[in-house]
Amino acid sequence: MKHTDTIAIKDLAIGYSGKNSVKVVAKGITDTLRSGYLTCLLGENGAGKSTLLRTLAGFQPALGGEIKIMGKSLKQYRERELATVIGVVLTERTSLQNMTVEELVGMGRSPYTGFWGRLSAGDREKVDYAMHQVGIQPLAGRMVQNLSDGERQKVMIAKALAQETPVIFLDEPTAFLDYPSKVEILHLLHRLAAEMSKTIFLSTHDLELALQMADRLWLMARGRGVVAGTPEDLAMDGTLDGFFTRKGVAFEKVTGLYRVEPEYHDKIRLKGDATACAMAAKALRRNGILAGDDVESDVTVEALPAGGYKISKGGANATLAVTMSELLELLQL
Amino acid sequence: MKRNVAIWMILLAASILLLFFANLLLGSVAIPAASVWKAISGGEVDLIWQNIILKSRFPQALTALVAGAGLAVAGLQMQTVFRNPLAGPSVLGVSSGASLGVAFVVLLSGRLGGVALSSIGYMGEVAMTMAAIIGAMAVMLLIVYIAQKVRGNVTLLIIGVMIGYVATAIIGVLKFFSAEEDVRSYVVWGLGSFSRVSGGQVMTFVIIMAVLLPLSMFLVKILNLLLLGDGYARNLGLNVRRARMTVILCAGVLVAVVTAYCGPISFLGLAVPHLCRGIFKTSDHRTLMPASLLAGSALALLCNLIARMPGFEGALPVNSVTALIGAPVVAAVLYKRRKEDYAE
Repeated sequence: MKHTDTIAIKDLAIGYSGKNSVKVVAKGITDTLRSGYLTCLLGENGAGKSTLLRTLAGFQPALGGEIKIMGKSLKQYRERELATVIGVVLTERTSLQNMTVEELVGMGRSPYTGFWGRLSAGDREKVDYAMHQVGIQPLAGRMVQNLSDGERQKVMIAKALAQETPVIFLDEPTAFLDYPSKVEILHLLHRLAAEMSKTIFLSTHDLELALQMADRLWLMARGRGVVAGTPEDLAMDGTLDGFFTRKGVAFEKVTGLYRVEPEYHDKIRLKGDATACAMAAKALRRNGILAGDDVESDVTVEALPAGGYKISKGGANATLAVTMSELLELLQL
Repeated sequence: MKRNVAIWMILLAASILLLFFANLLLGSVAIPAASVWKAISGGEVDLIWQNIILKSRFPQALTALVAGAGLAVAGLQMQTVFRNPLAGPSVLGVSSGASLGVAFVVLLSGRLGGVALSSIGYMGEVAMTMAAIIGAMAVMLLIVYIAQKVRGNVTLLIIGVMIGYVATAIIGVLKFFSAEEDVRSYVVWGLGSFSRVSGGQVMTFVIIMAVLLPLSMFLVKILNLLLLGDGYARNLGLNVRRARMTVILCAGVLVAVVTAYCGPISFLGLAVPHLCRGIFKTSDHRTLMPASLLAGSALALLCNLIARMPGFEGALPVNSVTALIGAPVVAAVLYKRRKEDYAE
């Protein structure tokens, strides 16, 4: 199979060591990262996501345990050699001016270029290929300061591709992006992992997207270490349920996604066409009313086959609502 | 794109040749161009003219040429390593260190030794140069030491500026207790000049710079990587700490040497890199380094020429000219860049 273990982590402890104090952020992390997979690291702010990524990328020393990359301990890598194994995309926004997209992607070739950093014809081909993979060839001549956040993120991903590393770490690549761009970036990374057999590991706050697009999830919480698995496994064994749910958030096992869960103060029974009912349930849930066909209530809303809703309250006369806003109005919400 | 770079480089080189010759040609004594040419090509000319050109104008032009290049290159390196457009040779307190060294020699010697150093000619000159180098190097070693300890660039920058303030304060105290003529000769040194370097010292200066400038060219790949920020630079295989130290050390030595020989020359190091970024529309140091070197030389020669324009006779302080030309350049380039940022 094309999925091989690229990074093996054993009993890793991460954090910061000062002159006379050691601050452990997380410990006892043991798992592997595999090639061809998009692995997403989820966790609240302060759980240590960035610290973990920084430690794995060799930016800061581990407090304990072992990290093996391609079978060799991280500590034994020389800077130049590590640069050909791990590529990173960081959250820090560079203040680059007067540099073209092509030049920036070309910087990814630095570990391979000579003393002056000149790109050979072969290097240029690889830069072109990287830009092609990410779909930014039309931007090649643009100055980086004139790019949108999403475009800039793609350029940095292309830089990491030009670096030709088997492993790519990304620290919150979807932060600061609008929703379609978030989806686009994650799709892109998923495709790159699968097609180019890269080991891609990223941290993100976009729970919903990660649950849908990640091949594997790493869940990180303060004091609880790391739990890893496929999103579906973690959903079924209840890990996800316990991890992020709190007041107002519920985990739906059927869809494997999180849902905003308000406090209900009323109930309404729904019947009729499934799609129309689902929409009504969604609107009502937002207004603090639990609605469904299995709910016991003296108020019933029936979705009519011709469109619109029929509301019947106890023995009173039924009223009709054509749109959802009318329905909500009639229910006095 | 590439052609433009070549054309501009040739233009810069040509303007240097032109300005260099203009520096030999123009001055308080009118000498015809043909005679100037004869004097430098070894032909027979009036002995006084020959003396003026070979002993005064030629060393002065040569000093300006080399000093301008050094300051511009150092300025570019510092702006990149600190990722700050306002970083320049003077920010790290290196020129303040040089000033402090000179202040000690000039101001204290009169007070303690009874003989004002400023009045003892050649030996005084050498002592001032040495003092400037020692002062600048001392500050720079301190900065390099601190650079190892602190993480952020801004912190380092602020510490550099603070060292500058402390040095200036000490100089103020020294001035207060010094004899009037010593203070005057210190102030004159502080105005900066390409003409103070005399005969034998010019060759020493040129040789030192001829070694340092090519060495600093070797840093282009490091500088390009540093542009990306510490994280990316490190991930691309750069030892960021060592790289930062090397660049600071290189820039510091350049500034120290130039300041020692010419006094603190302001704005050249700050303005030239901005000018080059504006002209070449790139941040690639493989272009910017040679461009800054050439443009620095050209601008220094131009400033020297203006300072010595017929009519100003006794020569204006170079520092005033560089500031008058440099400040608008920096302002214009930054203003233009601001507009371009919103252009697309």
